[in-house]
Amino acid sequence: MSKFRKKEKGELPAISTASLPDIVFMLLFFFMVATVMRDSSLMIENRLPSADQVEKLKKDRTIFIYAGKPSSQYKQFGEEPRIQFNDAFITVEDVQSSVYQGISEMNEELQSKVVIGLKVDKETNAGLVSDIKQELRKANALKVMYIANTKAPQ
Amino acid sequence: MAKRAAPEVNAGSMADIAFLLLIFFLVTTTIEKDKGLLRSLPPIDDTQVEPPIIRQKNLFTVNINRNNQLLVEEEEMPISELRQAAIDFLDNGGGTNPAGESCDYCKGKRLEESSDHPDKAIISMKHDRETSYEKYMDVQNELVAAYNFLREREAERLYKKYYPNADNVYAAMLEEKEKNQFSKDEVLNERIETIKKLFPMKLSEAEPDKS
Repeated sequence: MSKFRKKEKGELPAISTASLPDIVFMLLFFFMVATVMRDSSLMIENRLPSADQVEKLKKDRTIFIYAGKPSSQYKQFGEEPRIQFNDAFITVEDVQSSVYQGISEMNEELQSKVVIGLKVDKETNAGLVSDIKQELRKANALKVMYIANTKAPQ
Repeated sequence: MAKRAAPEVNAGSMADIAFLLLIFFLVTTTIEKDKGLLRSLPPIDDTQVEPPIIRQKNLFTVNINRNNQLLVEEEEMPISELRQAAIDFLDNGGGTNPAGESCDYCKGKRLEESSDHPDKAIISMKHDRETSYEKYMDVQNELVAAYNFLREREAERLYKKYYPNADNVYAAMLEEKEKNQFSKDEVLNERIETIKKLFPMKLSEAEPDKS
């Protein structure tokens, strides 16, 4: 009996925090892996419109085309809305070849299922969008997704 | 010399360093999930076939002008009423489809001067080059919403028994399809096709006039 009592009198052993860094590192690695760094920097203003009837986008089969006014660092390109693909401004005529290029870089079995994601600033004229769509029709890339922010359904 | 134990390196601050990194990545991470409206463009048709004549009553015209005003069936309309107007038009069922069947699932008013059958009903949308993209998207959204509302209603009528706990049966079905994209579920696909066929999305867009 006395043996046990002796032990109780002793100090509480400190909780080992040695494994804390391991736990934190695990979280850290998760976020490092989950982080996607933007691969192309936007040269245009890009405030998306909102919609409530949205569907999810499958990223592996999507080619993004951006459009909007050149942002403040790119004032030299004027005020008119421009089209951006990857890292460069393109003209409406170049859309077709850009889409072909994008498709050829894709996984082969997904090439027939290509979706064009249009990220267009909400201040843009719809005329530019319809020009892009006309070019997409010529390129035979007929599935289009108008990327939008989600708003709560009314 | 007496052998001295090497002093233990204090690893207590290791957690702090790791936390600092963790917080940095937490702040910079944006788990981006793009969403949007999926639409199909019509293929370019070079054939010189006369387009079939569509009767005016089967056509629901939506015009947006350069001042972002909405003209629906030749009348000005606020965007808040567009969805209901489109639903009424699609769901009217005043006549028969090309096969001669009347629309027995339509719950509309069956007006003589509105659409015959969802198979025949076409929504035609036209916008000006100067229309803002935001307005254009709003209108697209409302029209897609009209179709989704009707499909949802039919899904609930036909397949509610398979999804007793779902609020939105059609949405639940699409979600399930999404989940099983690597193992095709024929029955589910067929059901979705059935619903799509009840209210086929016939949403055509005219090219804006060149100004």
